[in-house]
Amino acid sequence: MAWTPDQPLIQIKDVHKSFGAVEVLKGISFDVAKSEVICVIGPSGSGKSTLLRCINALVPIDRGSIMVEGQEVHDPKLDKLALRRKVGMVFQQYNLFPHRTAQQNIMMAPLHVLKQDRHEVEARARRLLKKVRLEGKENAYPGELSGGQQQRVAIARSLAMNPDVMLFDEVTAALDPETVKEVLVTIRELAEEGMTCIIVTHEMGFAREVAGHIYFTDRGVIVEHGPPAEFFVKARDPRTRQFLSQIL
Amino acid sequence: MQAVWNWFRWLHETTGINLTIFYDAFDRHRFFDGFLTSIELMASCLALSIVIGLVGAWVQGSSFKPLRVAVGGYIQFFRNTPPLIQLYFFYFALGSYITVHLANGQTVPLINNFTWAVICLSFYAGAFNVEIFRAGIEAVPDTTVEAAEALGYSRFGIYIHVLLPLAFRISLPALTNNLVNLMKTTSNAYAIAVPEMLYVSNQIWSDNLNVPEMMNVVLIIYVGLVGLFVFVMTRLERALRVPGIGL
Repeated sequence: MAWTPDQPLIQIKDVHKSFGAVEVLKGISFDVAKSEVICVIGPSGSGKSTLLRCINALVPIDRGSIMVEGQEVHDPKLDKLALRRKVGMVFQQYNLFPHRTAQQNIMMAPLHVLKQDRHEVEARARRLLKKVRLEGKENAYPGELSGGQQQRVAIARSLAMNPDVMLFDEVTAALDPETVKEVLVTIRELAEEGMTCIIVTHEMGFAREVAGHIYFTDRGVIVEHGPPAEFFVKARDPRTRQFLSQIL
Repeated sequence: MQAVWNWFRWLHETTGINLTIFYDAFDRHRFFDGFLTSIELMASCLALSIVIGLVGAWVQGSSFKPLRVAVGGYIQFFRNTPPLIQLYFFYFALGSYITVHLANGQTVPLINNFTWAVICLSFYAGAFNVEIFRAGIEAVPDTTVEAAEALGYSRFGIYIHVLLPLAFRISLPALTNNLVNLMKTTSNAYAIAVPEMLYVSNQIWSDNLNVPEMMNVVLIIYVGLVGLFVFVMTRLERALRVPGIGL
């Protein structure tokens, strides 16, 4: 069955994943439509990060199905490059390439992986740096940038691949409280421009503002989900209520 | 130039310090040839041992176990045996099997002693280089590699564009150490009659009975050559330094 743009961009069905004897994901299912922004929240160790890493095949799943634009991720013959061109990922620890400047970090994958024209890539890198408000930092090395600045370079680096969906894995968890905001503003702008986003976060205020739908996971299952207005006010499950009471 | 040569002749006549390699044209030429052979031997071994190190470290990261075992065996063999014995083994044992028959009925070795020295010493130092590069690669955080994977890089692309440039920087101090050792070990090629600096010096002191003078000359040249190499490597280290990776 061919995928058409009116279908959900990502369809996750009954995903199971174990690391050794520990089952981290115990049957997760949800869909993400184009331009939808969803936030996944939940206590540490509930499998949120693992779920994100399964979506771009950094971690293979044991059972179930993850379809990205109709392409099955859980397939031994998967073309990982084709998948990763569609799915951008930003990590908690930024993971920039320390031996390359901010601009080079953004240019590397389009040049090496997509073999695009250098002039075009350079122009796009400058536009992206401007977009994440880092004009003038083109030639700074990651080690010369603050955490918030590095994280925004990392976002620009993912965007340079023109992904259809962005995965954010606790991207503000390693930042100072003051720099959290600058990163969140960048993500919110992306969301407002219609970028499909799956955001794993502990920033409840941000999740409430930016998400179209919130999923609460605990011990490998989705306990509760809903639009933020409902979710934060009318959580029914005791586990959700306990989590929210601790964090809000 | 002639004035300089004459000065050394005068030095010999007045003090007895006999440096024939300056005032005697024949000794001068054979010593200079020996010097060049040493340089050629060092340059070839340095280059080849680095290539061996890079390829070996790449293979050690392979998911194909027999390849990893083969590289592990190679490292054990070359690391656990003395380079002098390796030279003898290659030249006299292996070399005597690898021969060609000429049209006139003679049998001659296919690989000459200089080539054997390059092969043997490069693999000797290469074994250490594999371990040095591997340590450098292991020092690169997994998360950095993961970021490259998420951007669609292949394993080879990650090796070339991310792992190697970082691992090389991390490995440089240890690499310099090993390469210095290699430069000095090239004098072992003397034992299989490669006409390098020590070999021609031996010829010269046999003819002129000027052992102390020649030993001093050889030592001073080694100090100079290795010093120059270390200077270049230190400059390279500084040029490659980038903020924030703690080198």
